[in-house]
Amino acid sequence: MDHGFTTAAYVVAAVLFILSLGGLSGQESAKRAVWYGIFGMALAVAATLYGPGFGLWWLSVALIAGGGAIGWVVAQRVQMTEMPQLVAAMHSLVGLAAVFIGFNAHIEAANVAAMDEAARAAVEGFAAVLAHKTPVELSILRVELFLGVFIGAVTFTGSVIAFGKLAGKVDGKARKLPGGHVLNAGAAIGSILLLLVYLNGGGMWALLLMTLLAFFIGYHLIMGIGGADMPVVVSMLNSYSGWAAAAIGFSLSNDLLIVVGALVGSSGAILSYIMCKAMNRSFISVILGGFGNTTGPAMEIAGEQIAIDAEGVAAALNDADSVIIIPGYGMAVAQAQQSVSELTRKLRAKGKNVRFAIHPVAGRLPGHMNVLLAEAKVPYDIVLEMDEINEDFPETDVAIVIGSNDIVNPAAQEDPNSPIAGMPVLECWKAKQVFVSKRGQGTGYSGIENPLFYKENTRMFYGDAKKSLDSLLPMIE
Amino acid sequence: MKIGAPRETFEGEARVAMTPDSALQLQKLGHQCFVQSGAGAAAGFSDALYAAAGVTVVPTAADLLDAVDIVAKVRPPSEAEAGMLKKGQTLISFFYPAQNKALLEACKDRGATVIAMDMVPRISRAQKMDALSSMANIAGYRAVIEAGNNFGRFFTGQVTAAGKVPPAKVLVVGAGVAGLAAIGTATSLGAIVHAFDVRPEVAEQIESMGASFVFLEFEEAQDGAATGGYAAPSSPEFREKQLAKFRELAPEMDIVITTALIPGRDAPKLWLADMVAMMKPGSVIVDLAAERGGNCDLTVPDQRIVSDNGVIVIGYTDFPSRMAAQASTLYSTNVRHMMADLTPAKDGVVNHNMEDDVIRGATVTHEGAITFPPPPPKVQAIAAAKPREKVKEPTPEEKRAAERAAFRAQTRSQVTLLTLGGALILLAGLYAPASFMSHFIVFVLAVFVGFQVIWNVSHSLHTPLMAITNAISSIIILGALMQIGSGSFLVILLAALSVFMAGINIFGGFMVTRRMLAMFQKS
Repeated sequence: MDHGFTTAAYVVAAVLFILSLGGLSGQESAKRAVWYGIFGMALAVAATLYGPGFGLWWLSVALIAGGGAIGWVVAQRVQMTEMPQLVAAMHSLVGLAAVFIGFNAHIEAANVAAMDEAARAAVEGFAAVLAHKTPVELSILRVELFLGVFIGAVTFTGSVIAFGKLAGKVDGKARKLPGGHVLNAGAAIGSILLLLVYLNGGGMWALLLMTLLAFFIGYHLIMGIGGADMPVVVSMLNSYSGWAAAAIGFSLSNDLLIVVGALVGSSGAILSYIMCKAMNRSFISVILGGFGNTTGPAMEIAGEQIAIDAEGVAAALNDADSVIIIPGYGMAVAQAQQSVSELTRKLRAKGKNVRFAIHPVAGRLPGHMNVLLAEAKVPYDIVLEMDEINEDFPETDVAIVIGSNDIVNPAAQEDPNSPIAGMPVLECWKAKQVFVSKRGQGTGYSGIENPLFYKENTRMFYGDAKKSLDSLLPMIE
Repeated sequence: MKIGAPRETFEGEARVAMTPDSALQLQKLGHQCFVQSGAGAAAGFSDALYAAAGVTVVPTAADLLDAVDIVAKVRPPSEAEAGMLKKGQTLISFFYPAQNKALLEACKDRGATVIAMDMVPRISRAQKMDALSSMANIAGYRAVIEAGNNFGRFFTGQVTAAGKVPPAKVLVVGAGVAGLAAIGTATSLGAIVHAFDVRPEVAEQIESMGASFVFLEFEEAQDGAATGGYAAPSSPEFREKQLAKFRELAPEMDIVITTALIPGRDAPKLWLADMVAMMKPGSVIVDLAAERGGNCDLTVPDQRIVSDNGVIVIGYTDFPSRMAAQASTLYSTNVRHMMADLTPAKDGVVNHNMEDDVIRGATVTHEGAITFPPPPPKVQAIAAAKPREKVKEPTPEEKRAAERAAFRAQTRSQVTLLTLGGALILLAGLYAPASFMSHFIVFVLAVFVGFQVIWNVSHSLHTPLMAITNAISSIIILGALMQIGSGSFLVILLAALSVFMAGINIFGGFMVTRRMLAMFQKS
């Protein structure tokens, strides 16, 4: 066993992973960045198999090949609109793996502790690492693996629920069992007590009981968060899976696990922070679920929603010089990105200035809209962020809102009592004309009334986004 | 009800209050229509056309007034016409009740109801009846046409083989409906148009029509919303400033169109004799306020005069009448809309609802009483303009001070965090064994690197970032690989499961990321 070689390979792999994350700062370098990640992973696995993971290597290779084949096929088959679910589902795998590995570490530690001096000297691999630990190190190890199992378990059930919500298999509304946060807090305190029990020789049952409690926390925590906050939840779970990996890395004394776990953990945390900031919400209130308390009745909305048909929209588009399209989750649901792309192509061919305005929390994943538009071959240099384009609305002839609601809600600026007051929104109502493509008159995911729909320059273009746009396309000439 | 339009008796008036088209619409409301023979002749609507539209043509005004319940006119009634009104009869026409007190009394004494088209309140709902606006629109257009007729040059600048023609410079004073219409017409003819108004909030409308707003630096700006969207008299200081600006502009301008009117007052004198004297020979001034005394000193109502230095001053008061067919069509439509509001049931029965803001506002005599001036409408004409917050431009010193303060605050928070973090790590180091600390340092550094790297990831790549971190988090496979080879069957089983799941994640995660990134492309 050449541990020096393995360590060297780990260093290279860690650098590759860092470059891989850093490379995502630009669209072009990102394509290179994926390969860095792939090579980093291949190197790490190969070095481990060659070094400390040599035992039963044929089994490992076979399992990786089998799992890899499944992963490959799923990733090839999945629709771009189903990406959020897929990412959530994959997080749950990492979480469960962390739980299993934590259990293993415990079992191994127990086995090693039961051995005599001679047997300890003879063991190989992970057990050999354990065999050389001092009592203090062993108790630290227990804390670490306890933490790893806890975080892994929360990640597992949390991701499963997030998957269910995103896939529409679980009701998207925020739900809490009676008792709410008290239950979560109780479970967390119970886990801490179990940690103490475990440290004082509690054994396997304490670990198992804590795992069940953590499963419950993960389930209940995510159930309490509404569908509109799912982007934050997914990136938060991403962060958790990283921390779980780091904790396991500590207990296994594996630096690469620690480094990568910390990278993933901190990147997920920052993503969550960026998104919370974009929604003007405190991270805590998102995690604890539901919107913050409002302090008074919401503003009365005067006026009525005026509908318009495809001819009217087409006429306005034919006359317009500048158009801004604001896609939202509705576009993803209706799979309308190809129609949007076609509309964009036609309008651009006529020399009109067509751009896309993307709110940071549009869709169910950060950057969700960018991915969908990219899939439909909308060139990314006309897809702009909120801050880049918000000032341009007053000079815009037509703004088209496709299946987004809260991110274009003027109540965020006008009504201090609105639950989303202060959240930065796309000021599309400042455009000369606004068309809102929407399925019906209902409120959005957050259940907040949207005064935009009642504005004088707003016309409602009811119907499924894809069908509406397809009926519009032949009329643009 | 029977509704009829007599021939206008005012000299030179060519408009008519009912056209064959509007008569058809009125009949749909359940009314019978009458017209005096020859009423529409000057506007190009012959008696035959009326008859074809189902209108009864009667020979004289007296016959007409005798037959109908509602009289629709354009101009205010003459004394003779007012004398012919019957008790309970309704008159719809321009009336100018503030200026025509005697006429108002006369109509009241006759017991007639008078609906003054010029008193329709300026609210959104009443726009379809706003005859002042529809007439002003025509006047503005026609003013430019008249100016062009008298102006010896092109409006548009041209470079031709026979020499260069400079574009005409047009100044429009007062950007009401007429002013805006004039701006639109003049710009579409190719002139360079400047426009002035005392209400700074119309600057946007002026610019939207293609003219440049003549900006006046003055503190107390008028809020047009307080006066129902009309201009109010301005203070003497303001007036001085305004005149100084005009003097500055006068020598350059080829055509000046003045439309400044203040409701219920004589037109303000804005274009004084000395300004006319400064203008180039051949320049044209069209004074749309001539009927109310004129904005220009030299204006003579209904006449075209030439000043000593060869400036043409046009003071016609009948611009809408000069486009009688168009004006009649628009005015009769306004009247028709008024009738539609008066007969909400469309059954030919007039319901004179004095609770209705529009009808109440326009009614100046009703049931033997004078109902002028009306109470303020319940609906605000125009939403009050929000006071604009002034953003103070920070001086360079203030900017520098702010930057320094921000820098200091940043330094302070960073140093605090570093000290705290350092202290915590030191504390851990006191108790934890060295082997743990070596891993811990790696961990802290990795977190730090992660923070630094992720801040730079562009927003649109957040989903790929998530997918790739997801793929990378399957590094946990290392733990499983290390365990799979050692120990009991249970350990092998759990580790094998972990390897399997992580394997799915590695390939799935990277594959998905690659698929996503492959789609990003430049145009």
